[in-house]
Amino acid sequence: MINDSGGVFETTTGRGWGVFSVELLIESIIFGVLLGCFYCAVSIGLSVAFGLIDVPHIAHPAFLVLAAYCVYILNDTWGIDPLLAGVLITPLFFLFGIVVYRLYHAMFEKRGSDAAVRGIAFFFGVAFIIEVLIILQFGVDQRSVTAPYIGKSWRILEMRIPIRQIVAFVVAVSLTLALTLYLSRTFTGRAIRAVAQDEGALRLLGADPIRIKTWAFGLATAILGIAGALLIVVAPVEPTLDRAYIGRTFCVVVMAGLGSMSGTLVAAIILGVAESVVLTSFGASWAPAISFSLLLAVLAVRPQGLFGR
Amino acid sequence: MTSKFRTTRRRVLQGAVAVGAITSAPSMFSIAHAQQQSLKIGLSMPQTGGLAAGGRASQLGLEIWRDDINAKGGLLGRKVELVIYDDKSSAAESPAIYAKLLDVDKVDLIFAPYGTVQTAPILPLAKQRGMVLIGNFAFQVNAKVGHDMWFNIAPWGPADSWASAFLDLGQKAGGKTLAVLASDQEFSQNVAKAAKDVAAKRGIQVVFEQNYPPTTVEFAGIIRSLKAAKPDMVYVTSYPPDSAGILRAVNEIGVGDNVKIFGGGMVGVQFSAVMENLGSLLNGVTNFNSWLPEPSMFFDGTKEFFEKYSKRAIEAKVDPLGYYLAPFGYAQGQLIEQAVNAAKSVDQKAIAKHLRENELKTIVGPITFAADGERKESATLMAQYRGVTDKNLDQFRTVGKQVILLPERLKSGELVTPFEALRK
Amino acid sequence: MRGNDVAFAFGAMLFVAAAALTTFLVGNEYPFFAGYVILQYIVLAVAWTILGGYAGYVNFGASAFFGVGVYTSVFLAKAFGAPLLVQIAVAAAVGGFLGFAVGLLTLRMKGIFFSIATIAVTIIIDTFIVNWKYVGGAAGIQVVRPPTMAPFESYVKMLFVVQAILVVIAVATARYIQNSRIGRGLQALRDDELAAECSGVPTLKLKLLACVISGALMAAAGAPSPMYLQYAIPVAAFDLNYSVSALAMSLIGGTSHWLGPVLGAVLLGVTQQWLTVNISSAANVLLLGVMLVVFVVAAPRGIIGLFVRKKSEKTP
Repeated sequence: MINDSGGVFETTTGRGWGVFSVELLIESIIFGVLLGCFYCAVSIGLSVAFGLIDVPHIAHPAFLVLAAYCVYILNDTWGIDPLLAGVLITPLFFLFGIVVYRLYHAMFEKRGSDAAVRGIAFFFGVAFIIEVLIILQFGVDQRSVTAPYIGKSWRILEMRIPIRQIVAFVVAVSLTLALTLYLSRTFTGRAIRAVAQDEGALRLLGADPIRIKTWAFGLATAILGIAGALLIVVAPVEPTLDRAYIGRTFCVVVMAGLGSMSGTLVAAIILGVAESVVLTSFGASWAPAISFSLLLAVLAVRPQGLFGR
Repeated sequence: MTSKFRTTRRRVLQGAVAVGAITSAPSMFSIAHAQQQSLKIGLSMPQTGGLAAGGRASQLGLEIWRDDINAKGGLLGRKVELVIYDDKSSAAESPAIYAKLLDVDKVDLIFAPYGTVQTAPILPLAKQRGMVLIGNFAFQVNAKVGHDMWFNIAPWGPADSWASAFLDLGQKAGGKTLAVLASDQEFSQNVAKAAKDVAAKRGIQVVFEQNYPPTTVEFAGIIRSLKAAKPDMVYVTSYPPDSAGILRAVNEIGVGDNVKIFGGGMVGVQFSAVMENLGSLLNGVTNFNSWLPEPSMFFDGTKEFFEKYSKRAIEAKVDPLGYYLAPFGYAQGQLIEQAVNAAKSVDQKAIAKHLRENELKTIVGPITFAADGERKESATLMAQYRGVTDKNLDQFRTVGKQVILLPERLKSGELVTPFEALRK
Repeated sequence: MRGNDVAFAFGAMLFVAAAALTTFLVGNEYPFFAGYVILQYIVLAVAWTILGGYAGYVNFGASAFFGVGVYTSVFLAKAFGAPLLVQIAVAAAVGGFLGFAVGLLTLRMKGIFFSIATIAVTIIIDTFIVNWKYVGGAAGIQVVRPPTMAPFESYVKMLFVVQAILVVIAVATARYIQNSRIGRGLQALRDDELAAECSGVPTLKLKLLACVISGALMAAAGAPSPMYLQYAIPVAAFDLNYSVSALAMSLIGGTSHWLGPVLGAVLLGVTQQWLTVNISSAANVLLLGVMLVVFVVAAPRGIIGLFVRKKSEKTP
């Protein structure tokens, strides 16, 4: 029998398990960790924007894809290395973030609880607009960048690991470390964490919570420059890619427990390993449901996340 | 209380206005009827959405035919006019569009859009209305509907011919086991199913089978599992966004020296943007195609067509090569041209009769139709990419970059094995 | 109050009668093809408002419910050859059940968490359907229409009338909820869930009820779709566009009154149908997003808010 005859869900398990060995399992875990680190890099901005300062930033993945396209322009036109291009666009994204937050604050945050509903709708609409604008400018074709580390791999024993994934791993880990240090060692960093806990207390200390939040949102958006570069380094991008990342980024941030940076890294690795193992054992067809199932489970069972504050 | 009453009345009124607005719509568009003389061909085309790149190229091919025929004085002495709407690559849009084409625009003939998904809902409509429908690359869409006035321009032919050709090549090279990697989308799934059926018939063992969702980002894991299964032949039915991801992962992970033949049903690698983007990653891949610039593929008018197309494609910002779809858009027009001239009217039955019973001459070669409206004989090309370099689109205009292996009558070379030999 | 109800019932009957009458007066089928789509959006937007507007829970999962309706019909048609009305009824029941499950799962979630959970439900159900080969899986499935039923001369005209009846059911339900204790309870829940709970409003029950009703109506809206398209495919059935449209139409029309989503759906639906056949440009898909953002920023109460502001301020 080649084709199953109706009625049941087709899994590729039957054939998948046949070739499923211990080596393959170990390999898929290693790749899961690498993939997870990449997920951490694209989620960590959201961990600040949503986790720390409570902005319902549904448009985060759309901003991410936008950043990837900016990197594409720099790479395609001037041949700038994608990672360098990612760093170059961070100031631009910082300003963009500040503008978006100011608008959001003035229109929704200030107006109280009823406005929160519309705040969510606002970001949803913004994400939709970004998607369409990218389509108008670049069409629906996928875009990719060229760099010496794309398309090559490292051979370790029998294993071949794509270098682009190692790049993503290194960048993600350093980004997480830097952010953790920033939030715990600098004054502004501590203020950002404080504003998440108790806005009133911060005001008593003489700091303006709105300015702190604006700064934090700008920072969260700026990080997307680098994350967007990783996105297009790891795989080609297309305009509606953000939809696939709504689940992954929110899953990571919620699972991490809102606002915990190291938690974000661990949660992302859990997601990456889960996706990678399911992919090699049950089949890729079920992959999109994994992040969302994990997310739902966490929300239903332990809404404060695994490492909640 | 009175204010509530008013809202209710307003509700009714507003409902009436809505209905009125819809029913009066025809009169708003009646300006188009002013030119009674023109012969109208109606269709939807994906100008936005996932299929837009192909849709635009196909449309340009058809428009070139329109201009050619009008330069010759039109059809039946009437000027040919195309009425085209954007179906956004979505099945949900096409029924209303074709209803408008038939009932409001009163077109004389209808063509199908590029894409199986949008064609599926309109084929039953065409059957109900007794209209000839000229298909545009839909795959096995008529099997269940059984419309006897469906004629598909695509070179597919019988449902299994495409998979058979690929497996013929693989088996000739000594392949005994097969891996199937398919995107979770309608076209890919149908093509993959055909391959599995043929493999079962021939006793080829399927050692690996994987469907993946269109949102898949990372193919390294899938390719690793595939490699572990050690197949001799790898049949891939992918969509444009995934084709690149798969080939890139193949380059990084490798698929092993035992793989004789790789490819088969990859959609997207026929389009200029993707080909240019992938460059040397394409080498060694054997994939289906519809038209290629090999000497065996030039028929009466083909060269002239591509001269016009190359010029206009730049202005229209569509696929600069346009091999995959554009000549078939033109050929759709040629089918109708011959049938209408033979029938001396736009009588649908007479047109269908001519299309069914005669060999038709087109720029993509002679075409005869089987009873189900597909080509009697498959003209799907299996071609292997060779010596492709990075970031160079013009190389694909030259002979020998995509060598045709099958069908025999159009052949321009032999399969080179193993697959990875051409990738070093 | 009774006078109002009579007037509403009269208006609703008139609406259905007018819809039915036009199918006999107008031979041209196009208005019914386009009209069907618009009516379908009215049902979706009104259903969305019951949970999203009255109770203030932003649901991004309209397409999940719509798709469940579509595939319930596909399954019933394929397995039992069930007639359209049975398809719709069962789809509504399944949609209601799904709404109940979603409500239960998200019982304590608020704001963005609820919204994200609804996206999650959409993707999970979509993935299941994609992998369920019996109903066609990712490849889609062609559905053969049964012969057209007696008074109607074409199937599409019948579907148009059926969808018009669904509109009346949806509007009547929304209107009833709005004017009853349920509506006031939901409003209290939206304004301040904690305070509402403290003052004895059964918030969880009400929220579940809103989820069930809203889900049932959305699934019912999707149920006739396989017969309309004579085809079903997951990418179309679970299209994010339904979620965006339901939300945008409702917010643009205004969520404080049942008339809001109706206005929003008619306005946007007619505009979209018109744009499809008149302007062939990618820019017209921008319309939805831009109008949504403009309205939530500049006219928070929607179109309806521009007219009935005084009235709503008077009512407690």
